[in-house]
Amino acid sequence: MNQAKKEQFSLRFRSSLEKWIDSSFKNFSLSMAIILALLLISIFVVVYLESRESIDRYGFNFLITSEWDPVNSKYGAFTAIYGTLITSIIALLAAIPLGVGTAILLTENILPKQFSEVIGLMIELLAAIPSVILGLWAVFIMEPFLRPVFNYIHNQFGWIPFFSSEAVGPSIAPAIIILVVMILPIITSISRDSLEQVPKKLREAAYGIGASRWSSLFNVILPASISGIAGGVLLALGRAMGETMAVTMIIGNSNNFSWSIFAPGYTISALLANQFGEADGSQVSSLMYAAFILMLMTLIINIFAQWLVRKLSLKY
Amino acid sequence: MKEINNKTFVKTQSLRYRAYSYRSITNKLLTYCSIIFTLISLVPLVLVLLYVLVKGSSAISLDILFLEPQPPGGDFSSAGGIGNAIVGTVIVTSIACLFSIPIGVGTGIYLAEYSNNLNVFSRFIRFGTNVLAGVPSIIAGVFIYAIIVVTKVLFGSTFSALAGAMALSILMLPIIIKTTDEGLKLVPDDLRRGALGIGASKKTTILEITLPAARKNILTGILLSIARASGETAPLIFTALFSYYHISSINDIFFEISSLSVLIYNFALEPYAAQNQLAWAASCVLLIMILFINIIAKMISRTTYKL
Repeated sequence: MNQAKKEQFSLRFRSSLEKWIDSSFKNFSLSMAIILALLLISIFVVVYLESRESIDRYGFNFLITSEWDPVNSKYGAFTAIYGTLITSIIALLAAIPLGVGTAILLTENILPKQFSEVIGLMIELLAAIPSVILGLWAVFIMEPFLRPVFNYIHNQFGWIPFFSSEAVGPSIAPAIIILVVMILPIITSISRDSLEQVPKKLREAAYGIGASRWSSLFNVILPASISGIAGGVLLALGRAMGETMAVTMIIGNSNNFSWSIFAPGYTISALLANQFGEADGSQVSSLMYAAFILMLMTLIINIFAQWLVRKLSLKY
Repeated sequence: MKEINNKTFVKTQSLRYRAYSYRSITNKLLTYCSIIFTLISLVPLVLVLLYVLVKGSSAISLDILFLEPQPPGGDFSSAGGIGNAIVGTVIVTSIACLFSIPIGVGTGIYLAEYSNNLNVFSRFIRFGTNVLAGVPSIIAGVFIYAIIVVTKVLFGSTFSALAGAMALSILMLPIIIKTTDEGLKLVPDDLRRGALGIGASKKTTILEITLPAARKNILTGILLSIARASGETAPLIFTALFSYYHISSINDIFFEISSLSVLIYNFALEPYAAQNQLAWAASCVLLIMILFINIIAKMISRTTYKL
């Protein structure tokens, strides 16, 4: 009797085969994680090593000169770096009010629930459209349609350096617009998530002391969710800097520096997309150098975004 | 005391809603503002969908869906089709899945089931996954170009479907890892304890209990990553390049292969109307594919299930 009771609670016998299977499953998942870690490290190491030759030869000058001459192997990426920064920053400035405004509309019960669900779904679909299709649309539909508008601005405000050239085709301005379209869904969906995470009590308390919808938004809800929104904005900035296809198709790909946003320009990613296929010799290592700069820029922004979200996150 | 009560009148505002007060008007204006912003953000979606579906579908015929593209220069009737690109996209994306699903799901399982947050290695993996999600897609192409295309490690071939698939799988990894990790973390610990308590091994617990419970999230993540990969162009233009021909044997994965997205890029920049028309048709096919995958993923994540 006693013996039987003991057996009922004794540990199940595990054969060595079962233990081996168990530990090898753990090792499998661990090795997959190790592969990922190696992949991450090797991306940075490989791009750095490949660009070493160019870093040694051009050094810092690469960043501030804008000559790109494969025949005489003189390379400078200033035009591309300027283009990357100017397109992504202007696009971000335009996309923030649009994206946050949409997120507010979706979360603040302004519209009936079904409407905001449909709009949310549509914004997610916008994020799913491949960049190359947006580029095709921009080249054939958007840019010809907007050209008269750009030229009107040029005629009226041509004395400002930013509008100093006539719009004749692909240029920085339509590239900025297509970037706005590409980063809008990111800002909208992240702001929407962080607005939804604000505790309901805060909202009710604000209404309870007589705040109107927008004064409670500006004074209570937006400050409470600013960490998520700021993080989303930075992520969108990183995405805008690395965005390739749509920009390559519409920006005009010219290495001649110009202040005007109606003149053709370049971004680092467009430079890579355009020239990598037929590059050889020192050009490859210069392109790798440009890729390395782009990687560093997006990396810093991404790390800063993660830090900011942790730093600013809700403290109540 | 009574006197004070009688004398102090607090001037209160009426609780009645006044439509023309300053605050009501600002409130309304800002609400209209946000509605206008939303409408503006929806304009490009509607226009792109409209143009791609109308312009693309008017060009689509059976020939277009199955033939190979012809050398540019002719008129639309002799321009051929995009059949090889459709096949190529499916092949490259499937090979990318072969790389990314085991690594992605395996890493996700490791993060959620075997590691804790204090572990330096697992923190590095989590952080690295976020970094990888932010790395521009063209960098993945540059990386694969440097280690595979230039070095010719794969049986001496340079541009190949395999190299393109590897570049795409780098982009799919962070999506799969994150959804697996988060899906597994949502599974209540009681289930794990229950399974371990009746004598199941850790492997059995994960494979039979927690993975099935998280299958919806994992499947959604895999589908979304497939949708993203099949639309990517930048990593493919110098890893897989482009080919004008259908693949003829399994050996062709070691050679250049065509894909819808690269076809759109190449043909959009051709000065010939016939090729531009093919680009629109390819966009229509690609967009329908991607939206279809997205909608299926959405439906899977919406359906409720019992643990």
